[in-house]
Amino acid sequence: MAKQIVEITMPQLAESLVSATIDRWLKEPGDMLEMYEPICELITDKVNAELPSTVRGKLVKHLIGSGETVEVGAAICLVEVEAASDAESAGQTISNDAPATNVAAPATRPATAAAYGGTADANAPMRHRYSPAVQKLAAEHGIDLNRVAGTGEGGRITRKDVLAAAESGSAGHRAATSGAAPATPIVPMDPSIPVRSSGIHLSESPRIPSVEMEGQEVPGRGEYFIDVTPVRNTIATRMRQSVSEIPHGWMMIEVDVTNLVLLRNKQKDEFKKREGINLTYMPFMIKAVVNAIKDYPIMNSVWAVDKIIVKRDINISLSVGTEDSVVTPVIRNADQKNISGLAHEIDDLARRTRDKKLKLDDIQGGTFTVNNTGSFGSILTQPIINYPQAAIITFESIVKRPVVINDMIGVRSMVNLCLSLDHRILDGVICGRFLQRVKENLESYDLETKVY
Amino acid sequence: MPVIEYIDAIRLAMKEEMERDGDVFVLGEDVGLKGGVFGTTKGLQQQFGELRALDAPLAESAIAGVAIGAAMAGMKPIAEMQYSDFMFPATNQIISEAAKIRYRSNNDWDCPVVIRAPIGGGVFGGLYHSQCPESVFFGTPGLKIVAPATAYDAKGLLKAAIRDPDPVLFFENKKCYRLISDEVPDEDYIVPIGKSKVMREGADLTVIGYSMPLHFAMQAAEELSLEHGIEAHILDLRTIQPLDREGILEAAAKTGKVLIVHEDNKTGGVGAEVAAMIAEELLYDLDAPIRRLCGPDVPAMPINPPGEKHFLLNKEKLKTAMLELARY
Repeated sequence: MAKQIVEITMPQLAESLVSATIDRWLKEPGDMLEMYEPICELITDKVNAELPSTVRGKLVKHLIGSGETVEVGAAICLVEVEAASDAESAGQTISNDAPATNVAAPATRPATAAAYGGTADANAPMRHRYSPAVQKLAAEHGIDLNRVAGTGEGGRITRKDVLAAAESGSAGHRAATSGAAPATPIVPMDPSIPVRSSGIHLSESPRIPSVEMEGQEVPGRGEYFIDVTPVRNTIATRMRQSVSEIPHGWMMIEVDVTNLVLLRNKQKDEFKKREGINLTYMPFMIKAVVNAIKDYPIMNSVWAVDKIIVKRDINISLSVGTEDSVVTPVIRNADQKNISGLAHEIDDLARRTRDKKLKLDDIQGGTFTVNNTGSFGSILTQPIINYPQAAIITFESIVKRPVVINDMIGVRSMVNLCLSLDHRILDGVICGRFLQRVKENLESYDLETKVY
Repeated sequence: MPVIEYIDAIRLAMKEEMERDGDVFVLGEDVGLKGGVFGTTKGLQQQFGELRALDAPLAESAIAGVAIGAAMAGMKPIAEMQYSDFMFPATNQIISEAAKIRYRSNNDWDCPVVIRAPIGGGVFGGLYHSQCPESVFFGTPGLKIVAPATAYDAKGLLKAAIRDPDPVLFFENKKCYRLISDEVPDEDYIVPIGKSKVMREGADLTVIGYSMPLHFAMQAAEELSLEHGIEAHILDLRTIQPLDREGILEAAAKTGKVLIVHEDNKTGGVGAEVAAMIAEELLYDLDAPIRRLCGPDVPAMPINPPGEKHFLLNKEKLKTAMLELARY
């Protein structure tokens, strides 16, 4: 059977990705490759991904060395495959072409796994690219573009589509946008809540591997350089984008978590025995946040210039710090999990983050971020929003403080929650209500609360 | 109305203007006895004599210089450059003298000269018989530049150019000479300089151009209409300096999708200015990126047939580009 050499190209792993670095090769020349078998590890935005083989055959040659960065679409290695043999005579050229296109097709497919938005459609990549003419006409005629069919290239809505919609009136007039969440009355705290007593700091010192940075001494100078790693670079880009694009607002609230501390102390040994992992405060915190988001869904949204996209799925990004970076893996559908389930998820993501075993999927699709800043002893932080989300909340250190309750002074376990908000979407009133709800949720934990 | 060839329209315009006005005369290489290398001035020397159909030496700077001097002295010369490729020795006379004299003399002097030059390839002419030098002169204040695509416009624009009080460059397309014929009235008429013309009405995309490529656009438009139901709106600039701003904006706004075509190379061509004009004023009417389909940025038209074919625009190239834009 005829052999033939095909190229494997660098796929586009995410929408904004233009290049990737080959961290290390998992297959050497001469190795046999199965379909989908990992052939190398790639360093991309924030994550190390394995590149699966798109063909079956023998690896002939690496075209790119470890540590080299190449553009998306560039060939990275050569693989010898068996040519299709069923068309020996007439279809010779066709059969020669076929494997080549097979290589190209899967390589481009992941491109539609958009990092943000979640609205990209593989069949209509231009669906949401509106030309100036389209936007102007839609505004003039009060047309909701989400309801107009696109007949242009890649599903793009053309000027003619809008004109046709205006004529037929099919897309109707834009319904009043539901910018504000349903108003929920603020429920005042019940002063007869039983008095709580002692508490402890939550800090469970995380397992942190020490990472050596490649430094370079400059002789005779009082300074030295550290290489900017791809991860560092990505963090820098994202932080700058968030700070420069999103007008950040900031709020803080104080929460009495005395009962939560008691609850955790009561449950943690039993939990460790049954589940094999530590019961930290984070699952309680996340549960409280998620339930508050349920009441105020606008917290779970994205600014899209002419509209606000409210996400139905509540996917909580969890800030996980390592020695040299911070990553935000995602707990999907966090509202569907109980405290035990969240504890497992947090433990798994934190462990895989530190072991650098996160997949691209693990860091995509977050809709709201929770940051456990208390784990490094802080009592007050001003977090930067995880772009393009609408808000980020931090859970600070739990500290014992004298507190006045019903004109009496008691020693209580107190914690601060800090919220940074996208002030284009959110205002003080809604965020105040949201924080009050988180506070109520945290304060309503008691010794009877179930973790399952 | 009689149907006549593009080249005859040009000759008729000169003949009628020479009959109308004794100050009008032609000069150039072989324009007299031979009647021009293409036959454009055939019969003029017989009718008007040697002094009004002057055979000039092989020196374009002299032809332009003499014409400019005669124009400043009150005559109405029509200087012929045998090929626009040979016009460059006269560039200094045209840009530095003809274009500036009215301004420089504070309106004391003027220069009603017409300089005719055949442009375009597709005649196996190679490097020195195929160029489109519009962009060299384009953007020079003080010059008017016309480039007709039809016999009707050729006659009307040449008459307008001859009667214009300022220097006009008349770029006639040599491929059009015998290929293009259309209805031209017997009676005297002019086509105003600075006015574009809608060649075809349509709602799906707008093609803007001048000279020969418009005919490819027209052919492509007919096929697209039949095969895909796509209706192209086609605008003939006719005058490339000054550009008909109003006409361009109106045509562009009609469909929001603009394809600009010309044979001159893309970079720094007339199309760039047209595109900029639309981008400056019509952002909110655009439904697609403005596109240009032009000659490639290579030094000149190749002489070998496959190379020439590759260089030149044709119906198929237009059709592909128009279809792509219509579908965008």
